Amino acid sequence: MDVFLDQFLNPEVLAKYAPLILKGAGVTVVLSLLVVLAGICLGALLACLRAYRINLVSFLIVIYADVFRALPPLVLILLVFFGLPNIGIVLSSFTVLFIVLTLVLAAFAEEIVWAGITSIPNGQWEAARSTGLGFTQALAYVVLPQAVRMVIPPLTNRAIAITKMTALGMVIGVPDILGQATTAQSFSANASPLTLAAVAYVVLFLPFVIASRWLEARFARPGS
Amino acid sequence: METVSNRAGTPSTATLSLRALHKSFGTFPVLNGIDLHVQRSEMVFVLGPSGSGKSTMLRCCNRLEEPDSGAIWVEGDLLTGPGVDLNKMRQRIGMVFQSFNLYPHLTALGNVTLALRRVLKMPRAEAEAEAMAALKSVGLSDRARHTPAQLSGGQQQRVAIARALALKPTVMLFDEPTSALDPELVGDVLDVMREVKEQGMTMLVVSHEMQFAREAADRVVFMDGGSIIEQGPPDRFFAAPEQERTRAFLSRMRG
Repeated sequence: MDVFLDQFLNPEVLAKYAPLILKGAGVTVVLSLLVVLAGICLGALLACLRAYRINLVSFLIVIYADVFRALPPLVLILLVFFGLPNIGIVLSSFTVLFIVLTLVLAAFAEEIVWAGITSIPNGQWEAARSTGLGFTQALAYVVLPQAVRMVIPPLTNRAIAITKMTALGMVIGVPDILGQATTAQSFSANASPLTLAAVAYVVLFLPFVIASRWLEARFARPGS
Repeated sequence: METVSNRAGTPSTATLSLRALHKSFGTFPVLNGIDLHVQRSEMVFVLGPSGSGKSTMLRCCNRLEEPDSGAIWVEGDLLTGPGVDLNKMRQRIGMVFQSFNLYPHLTALGNVTLALRRVLKMPRAEAEAEAMAALKSVGLSDRARHTPAQLSGGQQQRVAIARALALKPTVMLFDEPTSALDPELVGDVLDVMREVKEQGMTMLVVSHEMQFAREAADRVVFMDGGSIIEQGPPDRFFAAPEQERTRAFLSRMRG
């Protein structure tokens, strides 16, 4: 038991590295917010573009969404981080992680929002167009608001999943929670910083998980 | 547009004119050359068995369905053909659907104001005043803040009528407006339609409400197999139909 406590909950190590982990938490939060915001906006935008049913555009969007949903994000991160410098593009590890996770989330968000758009009955389009609204207006004021409400639960789940993937930044040296914790762990030869990291993740993400429950209950009811 | 309509010889007095309208779904012909002219303030009732093409004809009148050939004019302005500003034309053609098609995420007021604000670009206050007047005309000013889910089917359809009326259209199209309603709610909607007619609206109605047609319509048109078989004033149409197919249909409808 003592060995366990010493390894996972060593008070000295905890105290020493807590500030570092806290700093990492800041990075994780900023990165998560940026990724969720950019990823959902980009995904929704692509889904809207697809609604215009321009064959070439739709085809490209589908290819993009399928590829980015099929590839493990870690592979993408490594590919971009170690590949781009070879063609003269050097990006910070934070930027690489942001770009890759945003593109991955956008691919999922596009599919989810698109499913929402196609689930809106044709009569809604017809009613809107019959009053003189253009296609874009009908999409913006009638179809999209309903579609977004409908897909908030799956979208929230996907957003939570992607924020947890910020931990992948560790492999390219992003100083987020896990990045700081693994550094601290190798300096101290003790697993306690990782315990701290786990606690930090729970503290950060549990509110989101609970909020998503609330959102699901709120938007699962039709007509609410 | 003026010259085109003149060349095609549209009756300038008709508010809504359909000429030689053809439409097929795949190889199946739905409309076989429809000619129909609806005069100002006239209520024309279209009867016919299901599959007769009456809904398709109606939906061609604001180009929710695209006719294969033929032409449609609204007050002498061509609706069909290239270069028509469809959104502009549709403001003059109100449409009421069988399934209401209210926007479920908006209140009754929001349903009516949407086009006023986004199409006619009215400021919010003015749009809401117009919308309230339209809701009042269908007897629902006290339901303005309700969402469609909080309204009965009859109330929803009346909001849908208000939504179309608020744009002050030239002609109103009704596509089986009472078919989705519980029988006890039909009367309210028909009452509203009667009032709309009394205000002088030009109306083209596809419906199975025979009694209403008898009382309120100026003219009844019978369609079968994508063609107009017979038409006339309701008195004569119901009492002494000329065509065998009309008689057969009417006797089926009477049970």
